[in-house]
Amino acid sequence: MDAVSKSHVFPSPIGESVTRVDALEKVTGEAKFTDDLQFGAGLLYGQVVRSPHPHAIIKRVDVSRALALPGVRAAVTGEDSDDHIGLYLKDRYIFCRDRVRFVGDPVAGVIAVSESIADEACRLVEVEYEVLEPVLDPLQGVQEGAPLLHPDLGEYVVADFIDPKPGTNIANHFKVRKGDVEAAWSKCDVIVECDFRVPHVQHVPLETHVAVARVDQTGKIILWSSSQSPFAQRNLIAEALNMSQSDIRVIAPYVGGGFGSKAGVSVEGTAVVMARKVPGHPVKMRLTREEEFYCAFVRQGLIARTKVGAKSDGEILAMKTEYYWDAGAYTEYGVNITRASGYSSTGPYRIPNVHADSYCVYTNHPVGGPMRGFGMPEIHWGIEQIMDMVADELGMDKVAFRLKNCLRGGDKNVTGMTMHPIGLAECIEKASKAINWGEKAPASAPHKRRGKGLAIMWKAPAMPPNAGSSAWVRFNEDATVSLGIGGQEIGQGSFTVATQMAAATLGVPLDWIHISAPVDTKYSPYEWQTVASRLTWSMGNAIVQAAEDARRQILDIVAAYWDEDPNDLDVKDGQVISFKSENAIPLKDMVVYGLPLPDDQGWHGGPIIGHGNFMPTYITSLDNETGQGQRAVVHYTTGCQAVDLEVDTETGQIHLLRVASAFDVGKAINPDQVRAQMEGGVVQGASTAILECLQLKDGVPQNPSFTDYRIATSVDIPDEIIPIIVEVPQDDGPWGARGVGEHPMVPTAPAIANAVAAALGVRILEMPMTPEKVFLAIQEKLGEA
Amino acid sequence: MATHKISFNVNGIRETAEVPSNMTLLTLLRERLAITGTKRGCDTGECGACTVLMNAEPVNSCLVLAVEIDGTDIVTVEGLAQDGQLDPLQEAFIQHTGVQCGFCTPGILIAARALLDRNSKPSRREIKDALRGNLCRCTGYTRIIDAIQEAAEVGG
Ligand code: FES
Ligand code: FES
Repeated sequence: MDAVSKSHVFPSPIGESVTRVDALEKVTGEAKFTDDLQFGAGLLYGQVVRSPHPHAIIKRVDVSRALALPGVRAAVTGEDSDDHIGLYLKDRYIFCRDRVRFVGDPVAGVIAVSESIADEACRLVEVEYEVLEPVLDPLQGVQEGAPLLHPDLGEYVVADFIDPKPGTNIANHFKVRKGDVEAAWSKCDVIVECDFRVPHVQHVPLETHVAVARVDQTGKIILWSSSQSPFAQRNLIAEALNMSQSDIRVIAPYVGGGFGSKAGVSVEGTAVVMARKVPGHPVKMRLTREEEFYCAFVRQGLIARTKVGAKSDGEILAMKTEYYWDAGAYTEYGVNITRASGYSSTGPYRIPNVHADSYCVYTNHPVGGPMRGFGMPEIHWGIEQIMDMVADELGMDKVAFRLKNCLRGGDKNVTGMTMHPIGLAECIEKASKAINWGEKAPASAPHKRRGKGLAIMWKAPAMPPNAGSSAWVRFNEDATVSLGIGGQEIGQGSFTVATQMAAATLGVPLDWIHISAPVDTKYSPYEWQTVASRLTWSMGNAIVQAAEDARRQILDIVAAYWDEDPNDLDVKDGQVISFKSENAIPLKDMVVYGLPLPDDQGWHGGPIIGHGNFMPTYITSLDNETGQGQRAVVHYTTGCQAVDLEVDTETGQIHLLRVASAFDVGKAINPDQVRAQMEGGVVQGASTAILECLQLKDGVPQNPSFTDYRIATSVDIPDEIIPIIVEVPQDDGPWGARGVGEHPMVPTAPAIANAVAAALGVRILEMPMTPEKVFLAIQEKLGEA
Repeated sequence: MATHKISFNVNGIRETAEVPSNMTLLTLLRERLAITGTKRGCDTGECGACTVLMNAEPVNSCLVLAVEIDGTDIVTVEGLAQDGQLDPLQEAFIQHTGVQCGFCTPGILIAARALLDRNSKPSRREIKDALRGNLCRCTGYTRIIDAIQEAAEVGG
């Protein structure tokens, strides 16, 4: 009944749509998520007292009444936070020490024998605040004289590619100065200027954040967490608590949806600090759905001021952008979103004159963090709409306009990097053709309007220049293989792709490979984080190396046994064979026990274990003033989505008829999984485009529940999604592959907006395109006419 | 708090338990009986991750009190396979990639089982309507709907 063996294809499973290796566990209820683990009678529950104010000084915290409640074991406050924590900029304490900066900021924690007692104890914690004026808008935040959220910004430890401005609320300022934008405007026949807005949205993983921490009697920590980043969590917590990484062990079971929210450190820190108070007891910290909406990361808000100029023949000459990121109370992770959006600010276009400023602005809003696309869905919302507006002004077809200006291999991009070969033009052609671009189709009723639109995108993995991966393969007695990886399965299919790569390289059937899961920092090989769509490419390279290492050892041993040249040998379908002598030996006869030498001379070989690692070695920095440099990123994945839709003019309702989604993935290791990412990304993108907005009023979330914050359900999906795979190989990708997990999310919203504009002649400049907003826009247009 | 003695069947096995009045069926399953296939996504009846069958009807187990299940039959995702044979829905979810992170999957499989038990040949529209209360953030639903249709076709 093993689903995998049925579909296993030999000789190579690369490029085959094998079924997911985790599917059987997941359909039987066997797959273990963090909250499914059983900790026995010693388990205690942590709960957090959170700030009700967006901005305030903590005058006094008194936990004595909470501690007196029967069933309460301990309490923590800011005094139990040792050092700052953060990924790129260490700007937060696990529990606030002196100041709170958003509604939900952790002020104190209580540990009790049950969740309900912990809840009750939280209400008994007395906190006295001195309320401060909040910053509720990034444009307010950058103004001189605005209340300062982080007066100590200049003291924080920061990555060298981030540029904070102490004495202001600007946690990072990234600039591009290329060519001469001011001089270029006068050569343009058409100039369009427009502001776009993107509200905060939430990742909404179906599994909320959960972490269980246990500190043993010797002070060592074990953390079980729903995590995209077990190694980064170990590292950041070790630094914040001044501990050795070796004394912290993170065990990360399956993740019930991440989308970036479970990268870096969030609730895990609170669990660890609480567990230190009750040595020997595991302490569980589980966010409620309400807490998940605003106490975990949210996607940052954005105000994008954009100006584009082109010549009458359609050539884009200049682009100017100002991005004001509503980055929230802490920008430890968000500072790099600002950077990524700066160095990608032109979108995938060839533009000789560029002036871009991307500001990461502290606000008293929930903490902005990475979310599927890392800034790209937000900036493409504006980029792709203004490109349509320019094409309109020029009277040019939007596909033709994009084909004329889109980046191609060999072009210099916005930062001066020479583009590797990309299949963007092919994506544009195929996606537009799939919805019969250029053919007018009638609406289904007189009060409905039909429209088609498209958007293109690019995205590079945004990460430190030297983010690394490692892997090992270890043979078992029957020649099955344990594959050690540190990358996480968060639904994107990484375990399946890893299995395919190991099987293909080793020359063994797919179902001989078993991932050594859960990822456990004590035993698993290092992986930076499961983010940025980087695993297929980066971890994939490490797996191939590890498998090649093992294969080499095997061939050497057998070659010696047969007295042949290893180059004449190969491993196929679990056997070592010789092309020369036509000898064959099953792997199980030698991968653990080795082989005897002739004439009773003893033995040769030993248990086979191969290892491999990968780290890009060619990344260089960008000039601080101009944003120019040789190669700031590893590669860009590009793509195009085309949308055919109908709008009901009486209700403002958008109905998606067809969405074509084309991406250049280099090489689809598992085409079906690639298509599954496209479908999921289209629906998540459409959900944010039409339904989603975390409403913040004076910093207080207004809709932290599924009733008030709607996400797409089964009845909201497009009638048809047409996934299209384009394959222009990546030179340093395994089999040419590059990542695609995030990308289908990126162009969905602007493609819908462009199709809405085509249908109605109105532009929606701020997400989401709710029926109410669309209806009002139609009314406004009628009023004008 | 007052406790109550209840007896019930879970996946065909007879169980008894002493439960406080405010304990939910979801907590009883997950934290008392360690039957953890059923997931907690919201605890307020809005996501469907906790769907189980109670006397063959789908319910959100986070909204059902444990005392209410006295004398009933409960089926969770662990009870779908019979005698080592996967339910056709489970087979179809594997073959059609109806699974990504898998957190919504147990609840959706149960909701789909309930649908097919009352309507053996649902239309796509009917499947979508039946899944309205089950959120999935990963798949975009298409393959889930495909899988349910396929399971219905093979007579599941
Ligand atoms: S957990 Fe019961 S409906 Fe969400
Ligand atoms: S597969 Fe992740 S929520 Fe449905």
